[in-house]
This record gives sequence, C-alpha cells and structure tokens, in this order.
Amino acid sequence: MIQVSNLSFSFGKQPLFSKLNFSVKQGEIFSIIGPNGCGKSTLLRLLRGQLKSNTGEVRWNNIPLDQISTKAMARQVAIVPQSATLTFPYTVRELVTMGRYPHRKNLLRFHTRTDLDAIEKALTLADILPLADRYVTQLSGGEQQRVLLARALAQNSAVLFLDEATSHLDIDHKLELTELLVQLNQKQQTTVVQISHDLDLAAAISHRILLIAADGEIVAIGKPEEVITKENLCQLFRFDIEITQNPLTGTPQVTPRLKTSPRQPPFQQI
Amino acid sequence: MSNHPIYSRRWLWGLLLMASPLVAMFISLAAGDLSLSLQDLTSILLQGPGQQIEQVIIWQVRLPRALLAGLVGAALSLSGVTFQAVLRNPLADPYLLGVSGGAALGAVAALTCGLHSPIIVPLAAFVGALTALFLVYLVAQAHTCSSHTLILAGVMVGSLAAALLLFLLWRAPTDATRQAIFWLAGNLSLADPDWLVWGWLWLITGFLILWGQSFHLDLLTQGEETAADLGLDVGKTRLILFVVAGALTACAVALAGLIGFVGLVIPHICRLLWGPSHRMLIPFSALLGGSFLMVADAIARTLYAPAEIPVGVVTALLGAPFFLYLLRKKGGGL
Repeated sequence: MIQVSNLSFSFGKQPLFSKLNFSVKQGEIFSIIGPNGCGKSTLLRLLRGQLKSNTGEVRWNNIPLDQISTKAMARQVAIVPQSATLTFPYTVRELVTMGRYPHRKNLLRFHTRTDLDAIEKALTLADILPLADRYVTQLSGGEQQRVLLARALAQNSAVLFLDEATSHLDIDHKLELTELLVQLNQKQQTTVVQISHDLDLAAAISHRILLIAADGEIVAIGKPEEVITKENLCQLFRFDIEITQNPLTGTPQVTPRLKTSPRQPPFQQI
Repeated sequence: MSNHPIYSRRWLWGLLLMASPLVAMFISLAAGDLSLSLQDLTSILLQGPGQQIEQVIIWQVRLPRALLAGLVGAALSLSGVTFQAVLRNPLADPYLLGVSGGAALGAVAALTCGLHSPIIVPLAAFVGALTALFLVYLVAQAHTCSSHTLILAGVMVGSLAAALLLFLLWRAPTDATRQAIFWLAGNLSLADPDWLVWGWLWLITGFLILWGQSFHLDLLTQGEETAADLGLDVGKTRLILFVVAGALTACAVALAGLIGFVGLVIPHICRLLWGPSHRMLIPFSALLGGSFLMVADAIARTLYAPAEIPVGVVTALLGAPFFLYLLRKKGGGL
C-alpha cells in the first residue's frame, strides 16, 4: 500500500531521517513508536506528502506521491490529529461535513444522499450523535477529539492516520476509539497507521510496529513480540523495564521498574 | 435544531436581514437636510426623475449616494469575512490590516499624478492593497500567526502607508490636498455615475466568486494544514481569495476613501446570528454591510445638517468600541 524507499529528510541542516526503507501493507494496523522528538509526526507528514523528502520517495499503490493530487490523496487517507484549535463556532455536524470535501464534484451542489449518510454514520461511530448540533467551541477536549475523529471517518478513506489521537481521551474513550479502529480494520479492511505512546495497547492491536530511535534510525520493525523486547526498548528509553505477557491477549506488556520506592501513605494512624 | 435561543430563530433573522437593505435604502433616501416622510418619498419615487427640487434631490443626489454606500459597505464587509477566514482571525478587517491604507496610498498616488479615471484609480488602489496584504502576510507567516502579531503587523503597514500618503499630499497642490483629506476620512459624496457602475460590476463579480468559494473558506478556518489534509489546494485557493478580497477593498477605498470597522463589525454580528458557515455568512454579510453603511451615512448627513460629518468618523465611533469589547471579551488571544 505505502512503500517508503531510501527516504531522507532534514530540517534545515539538522538531518532527521536518512535512507529509511519500509512499507505499510494494505489492511494492517501499523504503529509507530519512539521517544519524543524522534520525528514520528514528521514521518507521518512525509508519508502523506505534506512534507517533501530530500531524497528517496514514497509510493502509494505504486504511484509516486507527487503524481497524486491533494484531493485524490484526501480520498485515500484521513488524518486524526492530536488536537485542533477550533476558533470559529461551527456546529459539530458542520465540522464533520468538511470531511466530505474530497468527494465533492462541484462547489455549488448541496450534499448528496451519500454525503448525508456518511456524515450520520461517522457521527454514530464516533459516539457524538447527541452532540451534533452543539458548537464545537463549547465542547471539552475529549469531545472535540471525537469530532475530529468523526470528520476523518466521514472522509470514508481506505487509510486512517492517527497522530497520538488518544492522548486527550479518558480511558473509556481511549479504549472505545481503539476498539473502533480494530472494528474498522476487520470489517472494512481499513489500513490504520498510528503514532502511539501507549506501548501495551499498541502491542495488543497492531499487526506490525515500527520502532524509531531518537536519532531517526529504525531500531526494529515487525510483529509486536519481535519489536517490544527488553533489548530494543532499553536502547530508546532510559528506564529499566521488564517485559511481561498480557494475560488476556498474550502480547508483550511493559512494566517499568521504578528507581524510587513508593512513598508511605501520609497520616497513617495505628 | 439547537437549544441555543438565537440559533433556533435563524430563519427569522435571515428574513430580517434580507429586508434590511430596503429599509436602509428608505432611511438613506428620506434622511438629510430635507427630511421626507415615507408617503412623500414613495410618491416622489413613483413620479420618477424630474425637475422638481425634491425629485432632483432624491434621484440625482441621494439615490446614487445610497447606492454607493451600499456598494462600499458590502465590499468592505465581504473582504472582512474573507480575511477573517483565511487568516483564521476574527479580529481581521481590511482597515486594521493596513490593506485599506495600502489601497488609499495607491489611489492617492494615481490621483496626484493626475490619472483621474474610473479604471486606473481602482487599479492603483488594488496594487497598493495587495502590496500591503503581502507584507502583513509575510510577517504573520514568519511567526506562526498569533492574533496580536497579525494586528500589530497590520497597524504598522497601515502607518507606513499613512506616512507615505502624507508625504504625497504634502508635495501636492493645496486644494488637491484639502479634497484628498476629506476623501480619506471616508466620503460618499463623490459619486460619479460612471464610477458607480464600475464599482457595482466589481462588487457583484467579487461576491459571486467568494460565494462559490464558501466551502473552501470553511475549510480554511480549520487551518491550512487541516484544509490540505481534507484535500484543498491551499496555495491556489488562498491566492484567489486574497486577490478578490484585495480587489473589493481597493474598490471601496477608491470610491469612498478610508472607512474603517465595517469589515470587522458586520461579519461578527452575522456570525452571532447565523453561525460561521460561509454559505450563509457571505450573502448576509454583504447585505448587512451595505445596509449598515447606508444608515451610517444617513446619520452622518443628518447629525449636523446641513453640514455633514465624514462617514468614516461615524463607523469608527461605532466600530472602535466594539473592537475593544471583543478584545476584552476574548482577551485577544484567539
């Protein structure tokens, strides 16, 4: 689906990636993991074509990125960002409607039946149907995040990019979103590429994981149990960790070994 | 639709807004040194143009003037809406961004060179407006576009334009200067029928283009990156919008001088009543902007009749406090 070959990129004179090679297969859940500042978001933008690589290329279904128009690209991939600054008081429904833009044939036509159905379905999936007529500026951060998710779902694309999309969500909504991703992946063969800081959850749902070091090198790529190992993670993070097995899924699970022992509870009375 | 009280009555407000230009037109025709009742006015309008004093006043003085006020108000308000969406800043306004100032400089430069034509003056204003806009945009882009940076850059570009303008006027002959100063403060009395026709053609073209771009404007309010994610060709769209909005500002300035705050106040009121969706915001801003300036002009003519205050003074007196209120309410940190 997405092939990355010999991709190099630098911010000004600061080199970030050199000669990256990997691919994302159709219908897989692909997670990108790495420490802060290693360029995960930049990588996502390179894959999407919003940033141009210095050398090497990215191909989508064997077509080089620069031959795909912005609009055609938006039909292929939708993005859920980490957050958004919502300045203008659109209603939730109006904002989700914006996700239909890449499917519009001309500007003056009002929405077609397909558009309306897609919007309704996206609202339902993101669990914000009751909020549909509220102003986005009046919603909480977590609710806004689900509006952004609904907008991406309304795009009806084969690929979904998530850039730390769950970091503002409480545990319930985080798990709901994760479940939703798995469901979309299983029912509609949606390809999911996500940046995540939740190693356990990523390990539980991903088909493959890409581990990037702070200097932009690929540390490992492959199945969760191959990538989430003590050896690999110790290269990336300073903390001492133990890898255990998730009792429910059998996937690897990370337990940090804290250097300081837990504090005694205050005001302990006999 | 919604539990919001204003929002649920948006159709009523919509009808009122559609009627507003007619009401404003009547006020504008009736008010002035010679004030007329509704009945007199209707009968004079029905008689058509003629030689009677009232007929001359209505048909040859007040009607062109009302049409000019409507044109200028609509143009300013449309460019205000556009700038606010593209720059993602509800405080943007052609006057505050220095675009009007740039246009005025261009127009005065053409006038002092003796090029008094209904095509060249607006074109010179257009060049001035786009130059100012380009400068402001350059600064705003370099500093990830905070509200303050943008407005400050606009004010600076505006003062630069004002300084150059004063220099041009200082060099020009005295009576030309006097006339130019009166025009700069916002003046709707120079309505030459030829200019009026050109101006309306310009306005209608601009309006249709902007209305066609209304969904693009919605996307741009979400930020350039998001708009691109959603499939919009941001570079091309932004260019079209800047050129059209700049042209509308230039047209307004060339015809009526510097009139501030219309482009700020009107889109805000429309957004309050109608929400930010541009499919409605564009036509209603145009209607309400035109009506607002017609009424403001009527006030300017009647307050010290037979003398008249420059209409820019009236809009600034109404608009500047509104701007301060917005700045206080939202802390400017939009």
